Amino acid sequence: MKKRWIASLLAAAMVLVLTACGGTGTQATPTPTAAPTEEPTQAAGIPKEDLKVGFIYIGEINDQGYTQAHDQGRLALEAMGIQCMYVEDVPENADSEKAMNDLIDQGCNVIYATSFGFMEYTVEVAKEHPDVYFGHCSGYMRSDNLSTYFGKIYQARYLAGIVAGMKTQNGKIGYVAAYAIPEVIRGINAFTLGVQSVNPDATVEVVWTNTWYDPAVEKQAAIELLNKGCDVMAQHQDSTATQIAAQEKGAFAVGYNTSTPDAAPNAYLTAPLFHWEKFYVDDVQKIIDGTWTSRAYWEGLSAGMVSLDDLTANCAEGTADAVAAAQAKIESGELEPFTGPLYDQDGNVKVAEGTTMTDDEIWNMSWFVKGVIGTIPE
Amino acid sequence: MLKIVKRPEGSHRRETLMRVSAVFFALVASAVIMALLGYNPFLVYAKIVEGSLMSAYRFRETIHKTIPLVVLSLGIAVAFKMKFWNIGAEGQLYMGAFGAALVAYSLPTLPSPLLLAFMMLVGAVFGGLWALIPALLKLKFSTSETLVTLMLNYIAIKWVSYLQYGPWKDPNGIGFPKMAAFSSGAVLPKVFGIHIGWIIALVLVVVIHILLKKSKLGYEIAVLGESDTTARYAGMSVAKITVTAVLISGGLCGLAGMMQASGIERTLNDQLSGGLGFTAVITCWLARLSAPAVVLVSFLFSVLIQGGAYLQSSMKIPSAVAGVLQGIILFFVLGSEFFIQYSVVFQKKKSAGEVHDA
Repeated sequence: MKKRWIASLLAAAMVLVLTACGGTGTQATPTPTAAPTEEPTQAAGIPKEDLKVGFIYIGEINDQGYTQAHDQGRLALEAMGIQCMYVEDVPENADSEKAMNDLIDQGCNVIYATSFGFMEYTVEVAKEHPDVYFGHCSGYMRSDNLSTYFGKIYQARYLAGIVAGMKTQNGKIGYVAAYAIPEVIRGINAFTLGVQSVNPDATVEVVWTNTWYDPAVEKQAAIELLNKGCDVMAQHQDSTATQIAAQEKGAFAVGYNTSTPDAAPNAYLTAPLFHWEKFYVDDVQKIIDGTWTSRAYWEGLSAGMVSLDDLTANCAEGTADAVAAAQAKIESGELEPFTGPLYDQDGNVKVAEGTTMTDDEIWNMSWFVKGVIGTIPE
Repeated sequence: MLKIVKRPEGSHRRETLMRVSAVFFALVASAVIMALLGYNPFLVYAKIVEGSLMSAYRFRETIHKTIPLVVLSLGIAVAFKMKFWNIGAEGQLYMGAFGAALVAYSLPTLPSPLLLAFMMLVGAVFGGLWALIPALLKLKFSTSETLVTLMLNYIAIKWVSYLQYGPWKDPNGIGFPKMAAFSSGAVLPKVFGIHIGWIIALVLVVVIHILLKKSKLGYEIAVLGESDTTARYAGMSVAKITVTAVLISGGLCGLAGMMQASGIERTLNDQLSGGLGFTAVITCWLARLSAPAVVLVSFLFSVLIQGGAYLQSSMKIPSAVAGVLQGIILFFVLGSEFFIQYSVVFQKKKSAGEVHDA
């Protein structure tokens, strides 16, 4: 609808320009018209004021975690004067398809589906709406009008591992994790490698919750690990439940997604953070400019897409220097966390010394590195 | 002092009037709450209507929500008519969806009409058998069907979860716990952009209406509901009627599950229903177990659900507000039941002793 409207407007402008040119010729035209030279770019893009961006969230915008981090992107777009809508608490089933269709019905011409489980539904809706731009976070299915995007959060996780490895007294670190999919496994591995870079004998024990966002379940899993003696906790979950559990048990915790030093002030060390606004602003700008093409966006520390939160006073002495050194190396490309020799849990060499895993291999990682305690279900 | 006395059988008109006024007062009370929350209630109501009816897409979505509510409510009505308190529609829906998925995954290449018919049949049978468990327990051991049907819900949902996280997990899902999508032949076709469940639902409304109002079985169910002693005295087989009615009840709920799995989700998962089976208990009750009224009430509830979702995105009002609205309506209507059946009378004090006793 909107596109047709724009097209007719442009056509009208063009007619005006043509008639103006074909008219009295030398005389300056009193009719204000768009500069004809700008016409090609305008035709390809969508003017800012005609954009309406819709977000599908798995959680709530004040979850102090994943969804809140994405919502910073929405706020950044709104600050640019772009209309946005969102739907919270969308389950990873056909409800997500309905939520996207609802937003498109309400005039959205850009849709961001922010959770992995929305993937196939996004593909389906994108097929039905070829004139709408789509972005699916963390997935691998793309089409002409559907991009994927994610952050190389594993780089920040590696740094968080350094923080945890320097903090742990007994070498037992707990990790509350959502689903056994590559995104999560990759993060656990990077974190563990970070831990081992400063504390070679420390272990990282994993408990699966099978939910992205369920504070009660997350907390239960954290307590299970704390009761086993873990003194530093990490999480791949959307709420602060793990951090709160750690504080209650007198342990320490690394957060995730957004900075949450106030949720558990005595436990909080730091957190790997996403800066989704980097992607959203870039992507929407491309739509405005008419340069948008379907792509797989996957940026890390150097692009500012991810970072490690400021270290709190709870961190061990010397942590800041160790983190800064590693961060500089990662940003310069000197240090790639997934460089051999890497061993699997049984001690078999998976990546030979001197070899660095490719982006594809990292993206699809489905095995645990040595030092991780836990199993990946079949 | 206040005294509560049972009313004599009231007129039908008076009952209807009380129910309608209950809904009216519920809307007034909700308006007050919304105003307190800082929302303009008239705008909210207008947006609910706008979001559920005012475009072809929104109307279709409202109907998509209405379909399962109608079929589930019909199923519940058959059981409730017999005063068999089937709170297990949710579980029967999941077992029906499971049955349908079993067929869809086993025979993906069957011609579509045949496959769909088979899915419906197996879905209905699974739902019916799931409802039969509490019925048999009741007949044999006089257990409370309310409790048993309720608890079987959670078993059914956990069973589907087990399949989703275990044996039926999509091997191509890179570890994410979801089941594979059905083949295209196992997906209900659409008529006017809405899956054909709406036609099935309308047919079922007529069938169940005739069943309950005109058929011998419907009469027997009603008699049994009033008193099983009477039913026995009249020479009816309590066991046979119970089993038949419960199979129909659970079968309809199972069919609703098949339609959700096939028409909406195109797969099976443990969030398939999201509480429809419980909402349907409410719609069924509000419709006074009447098949035609079920259509109206289910439609109005769907307006609230779809309109509530619209509120969230268009006005950034939490979707919970729509839930509050539903809750208040239910509260008032159930409250009105009390006033339809009983009246509160003010009595003069008789003696000091009586007051102390009370």
